[in-house]
Amino acid sequence: MVDSKKYIVAFLITLAIFATAVYMSNIFTQKKLDDVRDIENRVALDILSSETQFALLEETSCKDISPGFLSKELGPLGEKLAYAENQTSFNKDDVDYLKRSYFLLEIKDYLLMKSLTEKCGNKPTFILYFYSSEKDCPDCEKTGYVLTALRDKYPDLRVYSFDYNFDLEAVKTLTSIYKVEANLPALIINNKPYYGYKTTLELEEVVPELKLLKTAEETATSTESNQ
Amino acid sequence: MGIQAIILYASLFITLFFEVFLLITYLEVKEELGFEKNHVGKNITHFPSVTIIVPCFNEEKTLTETVKSLLNLDYPKDKLSLVLVDDGSTDGTQLIFKKFASHPQVRTLTKENGGKHTALNFALESISTDLVGCLDADSFVDKDALKKIVPYFQDEKIMAVTPSIKVHNPKSFLQHIQKVEYSWGIFLRRMLSSLEALYVTPGPFSIFRLRVFKDLGGYNMGHQTEDLEMALRMQKNRYKIVNSSYAHVYTVTPEKFYGLYKQRVRWTYGFLNNSLDYREMFFNKKYGHIGLFVLPIGIISIFTSLYIVANLLLSFTSKVLNSFAKFRAVGFGSSFELPSFDWYFINTGTLPIITITAIGFSITILVLALRLSEGKAKFSKGVLYYLSLYGFIVPFWLVRALFDTLFRKQISWR
Repeated sequence: MVDSKKYIVAFLITLAIFATAVYMSNIFTQKKLDDVRDIENRVALDILSSETQFALLEETSCKDISPGFLSKELGPLGEKLAYAENQTSFNKDDVDYLKRSYFLLEIKDYLLMKSLTEKCGNKPTFILYFYSSEKDCPDCEKTGYVLTALRDKYPDLRVYSFDYNFDLEAVKTLTSIYKVEANLPALIINNKPYYGYKTTLELEEVVPELKLLKTAEETATSTESNQ
Repeated sequence: MGIQAIILYASLFITLFFEVFLLITYLEVKEELGFEKNHVGKNITHFPSVTIIVPCFNEEKTLTETVKSLLNLDYPKDKLSLVLVDDGSTDGTQLIFKKFASHPQVRTLTKENGGKHTALNFALESISTDLVGCLDADSFVDKDALKKIVPYFQDEKIMAVTPSIKVHNPKSFLQHIQKVEYSWGIFLRRMLSSLEALYVTPGPFSIFRLRVFKDLGGYNMGHQTEDLEMALRMQKNRYKIVNSSYAHVYTVTPEKFYGLYKQRVRWTYGFLNNSLDYREMFFNKKYGHIGLFVLPIGIISIFTSLYIVANLLLSFTSKVLNSFAKFRAVGFGSSFELPSFDWYFINTGTLPIITITAIGFSITILVLALRLSEGKAKFSKGVLYYLSLYGFIVPFWLVRALFDTLFRKQISWR
């Protein structure tokens, strides 16, 4: 007669391993979500602080604005959210909630930056990037890489990315202001729309603002090497 | 969860279940193993008479050594005899036969070519010793191998004893992989032995009571794996087979991929088709662990391992394509800087955690297997090759054997 006890024990152990794996994965995911939430809180605080500083600007001058004026964490925050979006272990509702506040923070940062530019006359370049997280945009991923590379290359460049189909009124308002068509990926660079995928080099050629940034950097490096 | 994910999780569950089952079995037999190592084969009082059949088909290269190793066995000379059968060789096998013809322990037979099973049956007709075994002409026995086997027959119920098979003098890269694989095989056979679920009595040096052949008949072709068919036939008749881990036999293994591929297609095809022939044993309580668990999981594991490997390759390919796309998009430059380490980007999903656990268990079993077969677990280049590459070469013969089974193609020996 076969001793069925062993099968039951082996089955229970295997089941316990699976349950532990699910449990551990949940804990890790929760920790990651907390991580993103923390960054969002910090960004929100940064923006609040910037806004306050900006309000104070009425009484002070542009050069008092410290280098740490802008939140540096928006970029990495976006990368973490993009990663979470592609992982099955994350709960979609949790990620959507974090995305919502991320987009709102981006818009706030953008508006603040624009008012600052107007007041102080410096000329940072803004890119509003509209993508789709659904499978209908094969070029969006590549465009994401290009924009990350550009942002790393030009620190003065501010890139704001938005999920075109995301159900958020503020994003919808943004797309209607700039009349962004559903032809993704779409880039709005200083109010001018560009559609479709372009490589780093192509963008640097086509977009006058980027061309300017490129020549500025090239002159800077050549002066540096001449010294 | 999609259907693909469900299959993947099920495959991993089955793999993990099998590993856990093996480890539990190991804990059960651990003490027995110690006893076998130190006591079996010592102080034997009764030596039963034994005949070893050596079937030969063009074996001039290794035959002399094979026969010498048998004559060198530590066993009373009057109790051990050899029968060499030439199955219609066309090389110098006959010359070697002449060399041994006058030896008092050796008898030679010659017949027309008809396949290994016919050579064995031809020899069996003229044998009357208590025990009978076979040794393929490309294998060599350890001096004390027979002494480590014979004591098991004191138990009246035991009808056959299988040895531990090792790789003879590994040289090529593939032979080193096989050496590790055979260690795993030694472990598995010992575990199956205590489950009474051995499904093969290997050509190299499995020893039977002569009664087995009188009761159940001689060897069949068995889809070119007559040793597998014999074991299944015995299991079906509830004839007990056990394994003696410390009886060592060395066999010449394929050196190059094509030879290995042909051999394994034959083994897998044989396993699949003999299992089909004996399908009534499946999930049948009457046959114990072999019917309930070992044969079914043997078949299922062919599919699950293919599925797991295919998944690994797919995810690897998509990663490569992804980095390629990234490279095309941004070129060299910033993308080649190492990103600063952030645990956030480590995949901590359920699947990777389970996969890592399964790999951990596999390594544990491998360590136990190496300890059993080699005496100690040492990290060698064979282990490295085995861990990194073995999983990716197995699918070649699994796929081919499945294909041949589905379309009923005949498999050849060579």
